[in-house]
Amino acid sequence: MNPSRHAIILVVSSSHAIRAEHVLRQAGLETKLMPVPRTLSSDCGVCVRILAADVATAESTLEKHRVPYEEIVPM
Amino acid sequence: MIYLDNAATSWPKPPSVPEAVAACIADAGANPGRAGHRMANDAAHIVYNARDAVADLLGASDPMRVILGPNVTWALNLALRGLLRPGDHVVTTAMEHNAVMRPLRALEERGVALSVVPCGPDGTLDPQSVAEVITPDTALVVMNHASNVVGTIQPAAEVAEVAHAHGVPILLDTAQSAGAVPIDMDAWQIDLLAFTGHKSLAGPMGTGGLILSERFDHAKMEPLVRGGTGSHSEEETQPGFLPDKFEAGTMNVPGLAGLVAGIAWIRERGVDDIRAHETAITQRLIDGLRTLPNVTVYGTQDATKQAGAVSLTIDDADVGMVGFRLDDEFGIMCRVGLHCAPGAHRTIGTFPEGTIRLSAGAWTTADEIDAAIVAIAQIAEDYA
Repeated sequence: MNPSRHAIILVVSSSHAIRAEHVLRQAGLETKLMPVPRTLSSDCGVCVRILAADVATAESTLEKHRVPYEEIVPM
Repeated sequence: MIYLDNAATSWPKPPSVPEAVAACIADAGANPGRAGHRMANDAAHIVYNARDAVADLLGASDPMRVILGPNVTWALNLALRGLLRPGDHVVTTAMEHNAVMRPLRALEERGVALSVVPCGPDGTLDPQSVAEVITPDTALVVMNHASNVVGTIQPAAEVAEVAHAHGVPILLDTAQSAGAVPIDMDAWQIDLLAFTGHKSLAGPMGTGGLILSERFDHAKMEPLVRGGTGSHSEEETQPGFLPDKFEAGTMNVPGLAGLVAGIAWIRERGVDDIRAHETAITQRLIDGLRTLPNVTVYGTQDATKQAGAVSLTIDDADVGMVGFRLDDEFGIMCRVGLHCAPGAHRTIGTFPEGTIRLSAGAWTTADEIDAAIVAIAQIAEDYA
């Protein structure tokens, strides 16, 4: 895995991660659920990894489906 | 063997339902939302798919506002006990199940004022009778969509309109209708909708929930249970966002896998087709029973105005004995008595003896209905 190729979407709960992954996959994006890096959060939840090139599409897709997220950060 | 107790739980289930339950336990048996590994994610997808399927079938726009729990009673308790405070006024109907009445009576003891609106002898509610009892303190209208005793379908959208005209939200109990009768929560402007997974949604027992409409402010509803959610673990207070605020503790993921399969089966067959089938066989049952001279059939007697539950009595016959004979001599399974709904029986005039309830479902055949009519006729002859 080349870390610079990816970004992660931070959400408040695993339910939101699954919801986000669902709408992003419907939009044709490549996604993977993964644990939130401990440097970003002390939470025990999951986040959604996407391709760094897809960040803009992900933002618009999540907004279109009104899926709340905390932030999208490069990794 | 003839199963006519679908108002208690649907049987049989589509074969895909137990298959999905077993596959979930075997292949996705991890805890959703508690870890990030692949099997936990598979389980989390099952939970999400359940939210999505329920929302889509019942006309709710946001799957994240589907709160999943063990059953519809839990969902009704969440709404009633989470929303109503001493000094509030709540309106319900005389046709309710004890899943509504018992929490309400307990709240009444704690200072919540309760109005129980009477219904007609066939169980029908006049929406204007709700308007007449609403006060400035009214915080909620709660009612079933279809009676579990006589099947009578209530004018939910009209009651919602009446309640909203006074700024009051409505909680609809769809235990007897979800999956069997077309429901459009958003179009009907239902604020809160409680459902069960194991009746006409064709899923397993141990599944159900509460759907919150987009206009409903969940900040004013307290959780029924608090605890681990897998989110915000650094905090010792319950998160305030949906669905986690109301979903503490490990989910019945195998049950939800079965519910997803059950709803997929309904989708394949079509709610309209299921409704047409159940209407036809329920009318066949009503018409057959009405030809028997010492048998009384309750409710609207019009299958287009009711769900599958048909209540009857035989003059001078103990309903318990009739139920026993149906099972013992004819292999027909039904439920007799008060069906956890004393108010409904008072309304139709069968309290405290109760009725014999025959409830057809999506799998019931015309031959089974005819056999049930013959069996009731033979038993009724013994009392003629």
